[in-house]
Amino acid sequence: MLNAASRDPAALPRLLLTLLAIALLWPGIQLSELDLGVLLRADSQSEMGRFVAQFWPPAHDEAFIELLVKATLQTLAIATAGMALALLLAIPAGLLASRALSLSAAARSGRPSRLGSLLRWPVRGLLIFLRSVPEIVWALLFVRAVGLGPAAGVLAIAITYSGMLGKVYAEIFESTDQRPAHALMQAGGGRLASFAYGILPNVSAELLSYTVYRWECAIRASVVMGFVGAGGLGQQIDLSIRMFAGGEVASMLLTFLLLVLAADQLSRLLRWRLT
Amino acid sequence: MTLRLNHASLHHANGVHALRGVDLQIGGGEQVAIIGPSGAGKSSLLNLLATAVRPSNGDIEVLGERAWHLSARQRQRLRARIGLVHQAPPLPPRQRVVTAVLAGKLGQWNLGKSLLNLLHPLDVPGARAALARLDLGDKLFSQCQQLSGGQLQRVGIARVLYQAPEVLLADEPVSAMDPVLAGHTLSILSRHAREHNVTLVASLHAVDLALSHFPRIIGLRDGQILFDCPSAEVSHDMLDALYANEQLQSPVPVVAPLTVQIPRC
Repeated sequence: MLNAASRDPAALPRLLLTLLAIALLWPGIQLSELDLGVLLRADSQSEMGRFVAQFWPPAHDEAFIELLVKATLQTLAIATAGMALALLLAIPAGLLASRALSLSAAARSGRPSRLGSLLRWPVRGLLIFLRSVPEIVWALLFVRAVGLGPAAGVLAIAITYSGMLGKVYAEIFESTDQRPAHALMQAGGGRLASFAYGILPNVSAELLSYTVYRWECAIRASVVMGFVGAGGLGQQIDLSIRMFAGGEVASMLLTFLLLVLAADQLSRLLRWRLT
Repeated sequence: MTLRLNHASLHHANGVHALRGVDLQIGGGEQVAIIGPSGAGKSSLLNLLATAVRPSNGDIEVLGERAWHLSARQRQRLRARIGLVHQAPPLPPRQRVVTAVLAGKLGQWNLGKSLLNLLHPLDVPGARAALARLDLGDKLFSQCQQLSGGQLQRVGIARVLYQAPEVLLADEPVSAMDPVLAGHTLSILSRHAREHNVTLVASLHAVDLALSHFPRIIGLRDGQILFDCPSAEVSHDMLDALYANEQLQSPVPVVAPLTVQIPRC
């Protein structure tokens, strides 16, 4: 390896990069107080083992199933209502933040005017602000404002997800071929009409699959927010874990699996229909 | 004058001088062909005339209005009266042909009508008539990605015919068509222009097509007008000077391979 004939000039940089990566990761492990040894200690193993052992059989008595169906529907409702509210803000904000609707870009081979770029910044800033605060923090805030229950979860999802959706929508609009829309604007078309005819047909499948994926994320997020009292499946899981009812936790985790599976199939169906 | 350029120049961002001080006047109802070697600035000139790009220097007047002294809204209204056929029509691959043709009227429709038309085509007979003139009536409900390059060019022309502009500009409108179809399509364009008193300006690769279909020829080279005269006065020497290429002169005559440019959908 070290003799001159088989010397690879890239070997030294690669070695240095590896060392650098380790040097950066090590403080990260220290800072996050990760100690995998805890998992192997006998007492914590038996503790976890006891809890997991209760998972079988999953709870399936009639009263619990009824409760489970109600909580699942509530979770779905929180995610869907939150997404609907988020879209109300995300679509206009995405259009405003995107360069795809710039009239000046059409006349300047894709570079928008300086004024236009400047005006796009406040919208970008708003979207950054909306998504930089985690939904669980919003949920804690809204639980104080509107009380315990699903309404807090809906508002928290609406705010965080509008930030995420708006940002990604704006980038999806910009990532596709801009010439069809530019050609329409150069023929006198309005911005929104040119967008609908020139860009939307190219990006609709991607928009749809991202939106359905975010809806799936919203289902998971609404569960996490249930732990702080925002209703739905999360609140039930929290209760069941506190009562060490492993069977109930298992049933609810299986429900999750089904929900995510259903979201995945829905996304595939919609994409197949659109392409 | 329908189209007037006063010492117009165009520099691209990468430092290329596409047009250098072009003076040009084209009257209402005139039919003009622009010829010249690749990179001479034919597309730039047409984009300038279409008010799609702003000249770096000089002034442009279209239909009696100084396009770049208008407000953005007035300019959009002016642009709705100008039609530009693109060499490779920029059409979304999954858009249906009927929608692509009807999009020609976006400049004249309000937003509500435009969006409604996206859900359900409002003027199928109009789109069919425009396509039928170009022998594409059967492709009305196909997707753009199913068409060949030459068919797409004809969809682009159908869109502009449907738009019914007062100034019709065409950038190599027949470059992906076979010679017979190319001649036929050009005669449709010039007949449409004659019947509706439309000013027609087209850039063309094929000199014979330009000479046979257009009464006035403009030779463009290195971003400048080399000659501008009736097609009957265009001589061999003028064409030789226009297409002279110092770099390609080789002692052995090479048969240039026939390349057909197929525009992407």
